[in-house]
Parts: sequence; structure tokens; C-alpha cells
Amino acid sequence: MEFFTEYGTILILLAACCGFFMAWGVGANDVANAMGTSVGSKALTIKQAIMIAMVFEFAGAYLAGGEVTSTIRKGIVDSAIFQDRPEDLVFGMLSALLAAGSWLAIASFKGWPVSTTHSIVGAIVGFAAVGVSPDAVNWGKVGTIVMSWLVSPIMAGTLSFLLFRSVQHLILLQEDPFEKAKRYIPIYMFFVGFLIAMVTLLKGLKHVFKDNGMTLTFLDSAMIASVVGVLVAILGSYLLTRVKRDLSLEANNRFANVERVFAVLMIFTACSMAFAHGSNDVANAVGPLAAVVSIVASGGDITANTSMPPWILLLGGGGIVVGLATYGYKVMGTIGRKITELTPSRGFAAELGAAATVVIASGTGLPISTTHTLVGAVLGVGLARGIGAIDLRMVGSIFLSWLVTLPAGAGLSIMFFFMFKASFGL
Amino acid sequence: MTLSNSISSIFGVSPIKPIQNHMAEVIKCVSKLEDFLNATFADDWVTAAEVFDQISADEQSADKLKKQFRMHMPKSLFMPVSRGDLLSIITQQDNIANLTKDICGIILGRQMAIPKALHADFIGFVGSSTVTCEKAHGAINELDELLETGFAGSEVKFVQKLIRELAAQEQKVDKKELKLRKKLFNLEADLPPVNVIFMYNIIDQIGALADTAEMIGNQVELLLAK
Repeated sequence: MEFFTEYGTILILLAACCGFFMAWGVGANDVANAMGTSVGSKALTIKQAIMIAMVFEFAGAYLAGGEVTSTIRKGIVDSAIFQDRPEDLVFGMLSALLAAGSWLAIASFKGWPVSTTHSIVGAIVGFAAVGVSPDAVNWGKVGTIVMSWLVSPIMAGTLSFLLFRSVQHLILLQEDPFEKAKRYIPIYMFFVGFLIAMVTLLKGLKHVFKDNGMTLTFLDSAMIASVVGVLVAILGSYLLTRVKRDLSLEANNRFANVERVFAVLMIFTACSMAFAHGSNDVANAVGPLAAVVSIVASGGDITANTSMPPWILLLGGGGIVVGLATYGYKVMGTIGRKITELTPSRGFAAELGAAATVVIASGTGLPISTTHTLVGAVLGVGLARGIGAIDLRMVGSIFLSWLVTLPAGAGLSIMFFFMFKASFGL
Repeated sequence: MTLSNSISSIFGVSPIKPIQNHMAEVIKCVSKLEDFLNATFADDWVTAAEVFDQISADEQSADKLKKQFRMHMPKSLFMPVSRGDLLSIITQQDNIANLTKDICGIILGRQMAIPKALHADFIGFVGSSTVTCEKAHGAINELDELLETGFAGSEVKFVQKLIRELAAQEQKVDKKELKLRKKLFNLEADLPPVNVIFMYNIIDQIGALADTAEMIGNQVELLLAK
């Protein structure tokens, strides 16, 4: 189509800028939510948290971010409808990016608790349903996504509840919790290594294997992931041997040394959290970008089965890293200072439960809210009588925020959609 | 850019540390009771007045802590222990400080001369009562360990043991109170009646210190119940 040959470059540039801006926002604001628990429990310094976030957010985005990206890119809208009007899909995706970006900016400025995921999904559904036609939305898929928003916090809560209960029984309630902690914590480290390796093998490296003519069965992957898990556990055990019991710390709290052991575990769960977050949230920024790029590249052919160019995920991962470096460290410091009630033994349970949930969602291609999932996980630990005080009013307002975010994202995106169409004279 | 869209906003301030700080302040107050009495026994009303001022100051700062605690306990908090139990614990703790101040206030105001024959028993009685309060403090100090273990296991048994000791101590105080009352009864015919009434009053209130401490123990036990 000549429209794309004429305007292709400028459309891609626009989309790349918006996508980068969104990714920057995720890095500046969202990552701090995922990592704040580690900083708050003093398991990591802000600098260490930033380093871990940079490496593992990027790895998560690049190795396991593909499924969610493809959902955002072509799962929510019904491509068939756009067959003879591909420019609408391009404008729509641009509007969605711009709408979600500006809504997030407004919300951050006003201090409202909103999620990137809800903004972008609302924006895409908005332009497709109102700007084009209600049939343009794949309502079945949208239904699944909305369901996953309800299920993910519950699942994370359940996992974290069980994790914390297991810690109670194996470690905290034993006669010698310090020794027991050193003995059992490598098992949790194994889970962290296994989880990341498994998702990477099953989802992230699928295409690499296909290109090289390699196939791995589920069992093969599980074996390799177990080996990775064992290696992680060995590394962890080595780090644990360096934690020596300091009796002077136990005068005030007999569990002070046990918490120091858990702090080592938290380094590992922080990695898994950053990986999980990268694998799910980067898609919010790069999914629409990927859609624009593939349509323009194929000259308007929507159904063309082009694989996503790797630079798109790189741009998303890069945007997050830049966001972290320019602003994220500040936010992380503020959040970390506020979360002082979460000790490492609880923080790890919340993080691991949330990370596992998010990674599973990433594997199935469901865009979920990392913050919601983490809030669910914290509540799970709270239900096991593990946390001093949780403000249910704030929990409610965080959970309810998506009810506002969906129409807001949709409305803005409809507005931008018609603006784009008018300014390109269509 | 404000940051209320963050996970940190869901964490309330844990009630454990503030309630422990309040109890520490209350104990500072009640532990001066013996010094105060010794000063009055030595007829040194200047020192007694000084100690009373310190006790008043401690009582006031405990009061401030109590008010702050209540301010930070909105109904929307989800805690491992019931909000009502915590609020009644802090009320009982505060009562100990109030009682201490009242006891000293009456003695100082009336320049109450307690008969020499009762001095030893009186000091013993006050000492035991103070120890009861300290034992309640011990139980309150375990709250952070209880939270750490999620209110389960051997830590619960340990706290239950502390509470049993607290109850036993309170019974000792009761026995000493009975003995002191009997001695006072034998002397009361020779003493000015109004003084005697106030002396009984003081004994009541010192006994009430131990009773209140025991009630704190009972409340902590309620926290342990699932």
C-alpha cells in the first residue's frame, strides 16, 4: 500500500518514541514496586537493587517477554476486521501507546494507583471497539485477560501464604531456627533457579531452538531447569556459609540472625521478581510497537506471519534500564524507606509467590499487573499472621483502580485515534 | 510526582513497636514508686516531690504515646491480632502509669506518714507489685518475636509460661496485701481515722497495679488464641 511507503518511516519512528516513553515509565515507576520490598527489608541496597533490576528486567523482557507481547500485538484485536484497513490498526496502536502513556503520566502526577497493564489493555480495546467496531475486539481473549486480573492476586496470595507457612514449619518454629534456615533456604533458591530456567527454555528460547533445528521435550526442559536450579542452590549455599551468627544482635530480637540468612535468599527472589516483571510488563510498551512495525514492514498485510524483530524487545528492555537509571532509583529509595515492616522472611515469601504467578502468566501470554499480584502476595503472608499491619483501605483503592483506568485509557485512545486519522487526512 | 501508586502505601505502621515503647515508658514511671516511698519514709519531702515530678513527666509522655498509638490505628488496618485487644492492652498499660501517679499524688498531697511498723511490709508489697508490672512488660516485649513466628509454635509456649509467672506473681502480691491490711487493722485504733482511710485507699491502688498487670497478661493470652 502506498500509504505505508509514504509514511512508513515516520509511523515507525512515532511508535518507537511512544514505546520507548512507555518503557521508560515502566522502568522509572513500576520496577520500584517490584523491587521495593527487597530494598525495604534491607536485603539489598538501592544500588544493588538497580543493578539486579537492570540485568534481570532486561533478561526477562528478552528471554520470556515474547508471549505477552504477541497478545498485546495481535491477541486483543481481531486482525481479520482490519484486513482491508490496516492503517486503522496502525493509528489505533499508536493511539493506544500515547493514551496509556499520557494516562500514566496524569495518574503519577495525581498520585493515583494505576497499572501500565490496565492502561494499555483499556486503550487497545477502546480504539478498536469505538473507533472501528465492537466486532474488532476479540472479546473472548479480553474476557480471559480480565479474569486473569482477578485470579493472579488470589494465586499469588495462596502461593505466598503456603511459602510462609512452610518457612514457619521448617525454620521459624524450630528450636534452632538459625541452623534450620541455613539448611532449608537452598531449597527455595532451587525453586528460583528452576522457575526462571523453565520459563526461559519453554518460552524464550523456543525460536532459537527452532532456528537451530533443536527440539526439547517438556521433560528435557525440566531436567535442564533442575540442573540450573541445583547450580543456583549451590551458589546460594556458598553465600549462606558467609553469614555468621552474631549473638550481640539477638539481645533485642532472637530472630535477628535468622533474618540475616533470609536476606541472602531475598537477593535471589529479587532477581526472580525483576525477571518476572520484565517478562510481563515490557510487552505493554513494545506490543503495540511490534504491531505497527510488522504492518508497515509487510506493506499493510496484517495476516503476514512476520516474526518480531529483536530490536523491538531490545528497545523495550533498554527503555526500562534508562528509566531506572534516570528516575527509578529515586522512586525505589522512597518506596524502600516506606516498606520497613516487611522483614526478609516475609518479603521473600511475597516476592517468590508473586514472581511465580507473573512468570506463569507471562508463559501463557496473559498481561497482568505486577503490582496487583504483589499486593495479593503480601495479603497472603498477612493471612498467615506474618505482617504487623496492612492498610486494607489502600489495598482496596489499588485493586479498584483498574475500574477507572480501563475507561480512562479507552477514552484517551479513542480521542487520539480520531486525531491521528484527521491529521493524516484519512 | 507523588508516589501513592506504590506498593509501599499498603503497609501500615506495625502496632508492636509503639505498644512496646509505651510499656517501657510506663515501667519507667512505676519503677520510681519505691524511690518515692523511701523518700517519704525518710521524711524527705523535697526528694519525694522531685521524684513525683519525674513520675508525672513519665506519665505524661506515656499518655502522649498512647494518643499517638490510637491515632495510627484506623479501622481499615488488617493485623495478625485484633485491634480491640491492642487498644485495651494500651489502655491497661496506661492505667498503670495513672495509678502510680495517683498513689504518689495522694501521699505527697497529704504528706502521709505511714507508721514505722509498716515500712518493711509496705516496701515489700510495692516491690512485688512493681515486679508484676515488669513481668507484664516481659510478655509485651515478646510481641515482636511472636509476630516473627506468626503467633505459633514454641514462642507461644514461651509467652504462655511468662504469663503463668505473671499470674503467680500477682497472687504473691495479693498475699502481701492481705498481710499488710491485717497489720494496719491492728494499728488503726491508734491512728487518725482519715489517715487510715487513705492508707487503705493507697494499699488498694498498689494492689490494683498488680491486678492491671495481670490483666495485660490475660490480654496477651487472648492474642495467642487462634
